Amino acid sequence: MAEVEIDVRGQTCPVPLVECRKALKKASPGDLVIVKGTHPASRKEIPMACEAMGLKVLDIEDKEGGKEWEIKIRR
Amino acid sequence: MGEKTVIILHSGDMDKVYSALIIANGALAMGMEASIYFTFWGLMRLKKGELDKGPLSKMNMLGLGRQMIKRRMDKANVASLERLMNDFKELGGKIIACEMTMEIMGLSKEELRTEWIDEWGAVGSYIQEARNANVTLFI
Repeated sequence: MAEVEIDVRGQTCPVPLVECRKALKKASPGDLVIVKGTHPASRKEIPMACEAMGLKVLDIEDKEGGKEWEIKIRR
Repeated sequence: MGEKTVIILHSGDMDKVYSALIIANGALAMGMEASIYFTFWGLMRLKKGELDKGPLSKMNMLGLGRQMIKRRMDKANVASLERLMNDFKELGGKIIACEMTMEIMGLSKEELRTEWIDEWGAVGSYIQEARNANVTLFI
């Protein structure tokens, strides 16, 4: 099981969502996809997208005093 | 069959082309299928080198307003239309080009970005796409 990290810090709508989807599409079932970003809306919309696609969000962590976030998804 | 978003892009205005591509990419990113039907002024944006050449829908001011918005978009790190189109295609988005518009505007296939276009069609193609769509928009 591989671990894939994508860095979308500084990117705005719709790039974090789109890059997350691209990474999930390339990953194999069981892989861990970690998304690092700063765009506030994507912090809640990436988990919404995962839920719609039946994928499990393992963890959402705020970093840098709330300016950054990190979302872990099991493909 | 999965959920689907179908957008008619009638406008060739830069800001509206952004709306269409952002919504379509959002739909794909959230696990839906997505297609965009390019017609009338929208189809002009599929001409080679024209994707980001549309005016602003409001306050264009002979291109001055457009320039200002473009600068602000760059500052906000907004993705280019070319990038959004490439992401749309990579995620499996479908582009339909209106044949009647081509006839009216005297366009040939060679003038268009055919690498993006999946289908050439008319109203029937849109209805067939939209028949089972959950979201359909006219922009």
